[in-house]
Amino acid sequence: MKRRFNRAQRTTIIYAMLCIVLLIVILQLWLLTATMNAFLGDDDSVIWPAVGASVVCLLLNLGLLRYLYQMERP
Amino acid sequence: MSTDSKNEMIMKKSDGPAAASTSEQITKAPDGRPPEEQPTWRQDFPIDWPQDHHVARRDFTKFLVLTSFAFVVGQFWIAVQNFIRRRRSKPQMVKIASLAALPVGGAVVFKYPDAHDDCILIRTGEDTLAAFSQKCTHLACAVVPRPELNAFHCPCHAGYFDMSTGRAIAGPPKRPLPRITLKVNGDLIYATGVEVSTL
Repeated sequence: MKRRFNRAQRTTIIYAMLCIVLLIVILQLWLLTATMNAFLGDDDSVIWPAVGASVVCLLLNLGLLRYLYQMERP
Repeated sequence: MSTDSKNEMIMKKSDGPAAASTSEQITKAPDGRPPEEQPTWRQDFPIDWPQDHHVARRDFTKFLVLTSFAFVVGQFWIAVQNFIRRRRSKPQMVKIASLAALPVGGAVVFKYPDAHDDCILIRTGEDTLAAFSQKCTHLACAVVPRPELNAFHCPCHAGYFDMSTGRAIAGPPKRPLPRITLKVNGDLIYATGVEVSTL
């Protein structure tokens, strides 16, 4: 049975999710700048691992967004 | 607020504590139709706490996820650029100058490996030469030699690079200047390739 949260509980969960999404996006920004620095320095060993890590971050974010929509569905 | 209006307030099911139940009320729309049949503008700008569906925070999260997607696109763009760079052929050997025409401390500006890539060759000693790309690794301004400091100086943001190694020693640049590898054949100096590094 799906549990319904009241408004106060939903607010707490949404803020927590927002913080996590924000942290992940900042991590991706750092990844992008570090990869660009390595690329400009002719070091291509980090490029594909960084692509993989960034895709994982995106999937996490998408999962959280999906959960947010599910939680708000009446 | 009239009594009728107050009567229009209906209570949604309350699963929280009693104090929270007053915030779970939903106001009936003036036309009497159910919430899902209301125009979009009314759904987008609800006046009751439970109906707002955390619109602003949800939209902000959506925007952040879109930003996250943009970063992934950026990562793939770097990967594609790297692939294109790897497929490029090695630059050819190009004659730059003659040793006789270059006194100690003298410098020559040349283009290598392409016509738009400015480089600088400097004779640092009787038997030592150094050549680097002239583009500052910060924002691509042209660096100028400062022999008295044994450094290249970027006038745009006061960046300094060591003249013999090309390493960034002061200012905003983090990466060294790309080094042009040289070959001396008799009296002639040739550029043979470009070495780029992060440190």
